[in-house]
Amino acid sequence: MTGATSTRVEAADRPGGDVLLEVRGLEVHFPIRSGIVLQRTVGHVRAVDGIDLDVRRGTTLGLVGESGCGKSTFGRAVLRLVEPTGGTVRFDGVDLTTLRGEQLRRARRRMQMVFQDPMASLDPRQDVESLLVEPMRAHALEGGASAWRARVRELLDLVGLPASAASKYPHEFSGGQRQRIGIARAIALEPELVIADEPVSALDVSVQAQVVNLLEELQARLGLTYVVIAHDLAVVRHISDEIGVMYLGSLVEQSPSEQLYTAPLHPYTISLISAIPVPDPEVEDRRERILLAGDLPSPAAPPSGCRFHTRCPFRQPTRCDDEVPALRELAPGHRVACHWAEDVRDGRITAAASSHDPTAAGQVVDQARAPGVG
Amino acid sequence: MTRPEVALAGSSRGSGPLLQVRDLQVRFTRRGRPPVRAVDGVSFDVAPGQVVGLVGESGCGKSVTSLAIMGLLPGRGVEVGGEVLFDGSDLLTMSKDGLRGLRGRDVAMVFQDPMTSLNPVVPVGTQVTEVLRRHTDLDREQSRAEAEQLLRRVGIPDPSRRLKEYPHQLSGGMRQRALIAMSLACKPRLLICDEPTTALDVTIQAQVLELLKQLVHETGTAMIMITHDLGVVAGICDEVNVMYAGRVVERAGRRELFASPRHQYTAGLLRSIPRLDAVKGGRLTPIPGSASDTLPWDRGCAFAPRCPARAQDCLVPDLELTVDDERPHHRLRCVHPVPPGGGDA
Repeated sequence: MTGATSTRVEAADRPGGDVLLEVRGLEVHFPIRSGIVLQRTVGHVRAVDGIDLDVRRGTTLGLVGESGCGKSTFGRAVLRLVEPTGGTVRFDGVDLTTLRGEQLRRARRRMQMVFQDPMASLDPRQDVESLLVEPMRAHALEGGASAWRARVRELLDLVGLPASAASKYPHEFSGGQRQRIGIARAIALEPELVIADEPVSALDVSVQAQVVNLLEELQARLGLTYVVIAHDLAVVRHISDEIGVMYLGSLVEQSPSEQLYTAPLHPYTISLISAIPVPDPEVEDRRERILLAGDLPSPAAPPSGCRFHTRCPFRQPTRCDDEVPALRELAPGHRVACHWAEDVRDGRITAAASSHDPTAAGQVVDQARAPGVG
Repeated sequence: MTRPEVALAGSSRGSGPLLQVRDLQVRFTRRGRPPVRAVDGVSFDVAPGQVVGLVGESGCGKSVTSLAIMGLLPGRGVEVGGEVLFDGSDLLTMSKDGLRGLRGRDVAMVFQDPMTSLNPVVPVGTQVTEVLRRHTDLDREQSRAEAEQLLRRVGIPDPSRRLKEYPHQLSGGMRQRALIAMSLACKPRLLICDEPTTALDVTIQAQVLELLKQLVHETGTAMIMITHDLGVVAGICDEVNVMYAGRVVERAGRRELFASPRHQYTAGLLRSIPRLDAVKGGRLTPIPGSASDTLPWDRGCAFAPRCPARAQDCLVPDLELTVDDERPHHRLRCVHPVPPGGGDA
C-alpha cells in the first residue's frame, strides 16, 4: 500500500480540511403497500426526511438517536445500499445519487461500511483470507493473487490479529476479533470514508474499548473519515469530532462533540443525555433526570409541527404544534431545530410535569437536589 | 400455604434475608466431554426491599443463576447443586407443584426480550389476567379490572384498549412494561429482572428503571437485577455482585464498589467504558483478551490471563471469596487487589 499511503498522509496533514461528504436534503421514504395482487401505495414511512450534513476529511461524525430514528437508513442511503428518494450526496465533489452501474461500483471502493453484528456480516463458510481477498478481487486490485495475500497479512497486522488468523473461519473467533475482521475487510481497499453502523454495541463491555481504540488508531494512521452510527452516546462522544442527533428521520441538533454534552440545546438532546445511566452512584443519586413521556411516534405518520412536540417536556402552547422548526445555527458549528432553544438554554422555559400519568414520566425527578452533570 | 400479607411484609419484618443462595452450582453435562460449569459456587442473600445486582459479561453465569433460582433450567443435561432458600424452604428440592404455586405469585421474573417472552397469539390482557386467575380468587371481571389497573400503574396509556391488543401491536417499551405488569400482578415478594432494559432505548430505559425503583420503595419487594450495564447498576442496586466465569469475584455496596473497586476485573471494567460526565480523554483502557480467555478456577484465578496484576501466586486452586481487610462488607476473590482508593491507578 505504498502509493495510496502517501496520499493518505497528505490528507491527514490537513485535519478538518475540505468537506469529503456533503449531504443535502437526503430523503428515504419507504412505500407502505396494501393489497395482494394490485399493490397500491397507501403511505410512506419517512425513515430519513430531509437531512443536511457535512463531514470534513479526516474527522469523525457521530450520529445518535433511538431505534427507528433513521440513523442506520441514513448511513445506508449515503452508500446507496438503499436508494434515496430525494436529495443529493456529494462525495469528494461527485454526486453519488446520479451514478449508475459501473461508475457507482467503482465509487464504492472509496467508501466502506462496518456492520453491527460481525457474525451476521461475515460468511461463515469463507475463511478470513478469502473474506479479505474478496473485495480486492471484486475491484481487481493491482498485483494479483500473491499481492492480495500479502495485503491480507498486512491488514490482519493492522487490526491486531495474528497472521495465523488468515486460514481460520469466523466461528473460531470471539466477538471482538470478528469485529476486527469486519474492520479489516472494510479498510482492505483503502477507502476514504468508512461508515460504521453500531460497531461496538454487539460486543462485551470489556472488549468495546479495544475496538473503539482500534478505530481511532486506524483513523490516525490511514487518515480515514468516519461516520459512526450508534445509540450509545458515551461511545459516540468519545470517538466523534462532531455529533448529529436524529429524531424521527430528521436532524434535531448538530454540534462539536464536546459542546453537545456541556451545552445541549435541543430538548430531545437534553432529555437523552439526562436519561443515560452513569456508572457512578454519587452522580446517579443527585443528577436531574428528565423522563420523557411515551414512545417514539410512528414515522409513517409523524406529528405535525415539531416532531418532538408530543414528548417534549419544554413544549409551548404556540408554534410547537404547527410550525416545523428549521435547523438554526446558534453558536459556531452548533445547529439546533427548536423554536425555543434560546429560552430553554437561558432557563426561561423549564421542563413541565406531564399530566397524563404520574408513574409514566414526563416529569423532572430529583430536581430538588444539586443539578446533575452537564 | 396461606398467602402472606405481601405488600408490607418486607418492611415490617426487618431485614432478614428473603432469599438465600448457598453455593449454587450449575453444570451443563456434555456427552464425552467434561461438563461446563456455568455457575460455580455462587452465594448471596437478598433482603426484602433490597436490590441486589448481578453484573458481568456474557457467559459469566448471571442469567443461568437466575434461571436456576426460578427452577426454569431444563432437567436433562443440567446438574444443579447447592441451596436456594426462599423464606426458609429450598427451591431446588421443592416439588414441581410447589414451585408452580410459588412462581408468578411469590417469585416473578422479568426477561430481557419482551417479544419472545410474551405469547404472540394471545391478547396482552389475557396474559396478564392468566396470572391473576391462577393465583388469586378474583373472577373474570375483577381480574380484568385489576389487569387494567396494573397496566395503568406501569404507565401504559389507554389500558382498556391495550388489554385487547396483541403483543405485536405494542411498542418495545410498552411490551416490556406489560411484562413488568404481569410479573407484578400478584405483588411478588421477590422479583428477578434479567436485563430488563437492554432491549430498550435509553429514554424508555429511564422510564422502566424509574418504575422498578418506585416499586421496590413502595412495596418492599426484594429484587435481583441482572445486567451488564454498570450505569444501570449504579442507579438502582443496593449491593452489587460482580461475576466472572461463574463465580462472584467481588461484592460490595454500590457506593463502595464504584468509589473503590478492589478486584482487578471490576476496576478494569470501570476504566474501559467512556463516561459521559467525565472530561473527554484520550484513549480508552481496555481489558486485553476476551471472556473466552479464562482459566478453570481449580487451576487459579480465572481472570489471571487478562489481568494486569497477575503473578505466579495467582495460580492457586479455588481462591476463596474473602472479607476485605479494611471494609467489613466488601468481599473479594483476588490475590493482588487494587489498593483501596486507587480505583484510577
